[in-house]
Amino acid sequence: MVHWSAEEKQLIASLWGKVNVEECGAEALARLLIVYPWTQRFFSSFGNLSSPTAIIGNPKVRAHGKKVLTSFGEAVKNLDNIKATYSKLSELHCEKLHVDPENFRLLGDILIIVLASHFARDFTPACQFAWQKLVGVVAHALARKYH
Amino acid sequence: MVLSGNDKTNVKGVFSKIGGHAEEYGAEALERMFATYPQTKTYFPHFDVAPGSAQVKAHGKKVAAALVEAANHIDDIATALSKLSDLHAQKLRVDPVNFKLLGQCFLVVVAIHNPSVLTPEVHASLDKFLCAVGNVLTAKYR
Repeated sequence: MVHWSAEEKQLIASLWGKVNVEECGAEALARLLIVYPWTQRFFSSFGNLSSPTAIIGNPKVRAHGKKVLTSFGEAVKNLDNIKATYSKLSELHCEKLHVDPENFRLLGDILIIVLASHFARDFTPACQFAWQKLVGVVAHALARKYH
Repeated sequence: MVLSGNDKTNVKGVFSKIGGHAEEYGAEALERMFATYPQTKTYFPHFDVAPGSAQVKAHGKKVAAALVEAANHIDDIATALSKLSDLHAQKLRVDPVNFKLLGQCFLVVVAIHNPSVLTPEVHASLDKFLCAVGNVLTAKYR
């Protein structure tokens, strides 16, 4: 089980309280598809992903980004039980979606950049540490049921 | 991975906007790297790595200068950083995985201080550039 210090829990919860899940989720997914274009391979049904402008404006990208980050909120609410929280999603990503877990790490890194750009100096080094740890734990939990 | 004309323009644009702050950004990127990825401190047992450390500031200046040099010679980063590449291969031997970690922290610093500069397209170009620099620095490892 992951150990979270009281400070880490506080840093995570207080930042999350200020996150606009719809906006940040949409931005994170769009940036993933733009910065690491090979990740578009999972989204052939999303329509026009032909340019950064198309990706950013794509309503399916926005909706899916919101969905993904909303799910992230479950981790924030269940820091002491992230493995169980993502057990079914892990199976889904392996068996149905066939997503290489490396993509979870890529998205986590992108999310950190999005948070940094929104929160600026409030995204202190201690905050970055806690959040980088969290995205790593989430990525690990999502990969855990792979077989 | 190849830097397109657009990538080069974007990267030069970032460094021109950063201007004289590059040194501070270098120092802050290192500080954040040590804080976020504590294992990176193992390469600096001879340093005071506490926040605000003069040694970290000085080292950050060096790192930033190298990035600026690479950006200024973006058509041939390998030649521009050839000596640094030798140094990392023969003497420093920093594991290649760590260049990605420092790159992530540099992006975070740019995002914090210049969010409007780091559009998704510029983010992509800068990420590619930082990868390219990391590749050059590890190119002679074996």
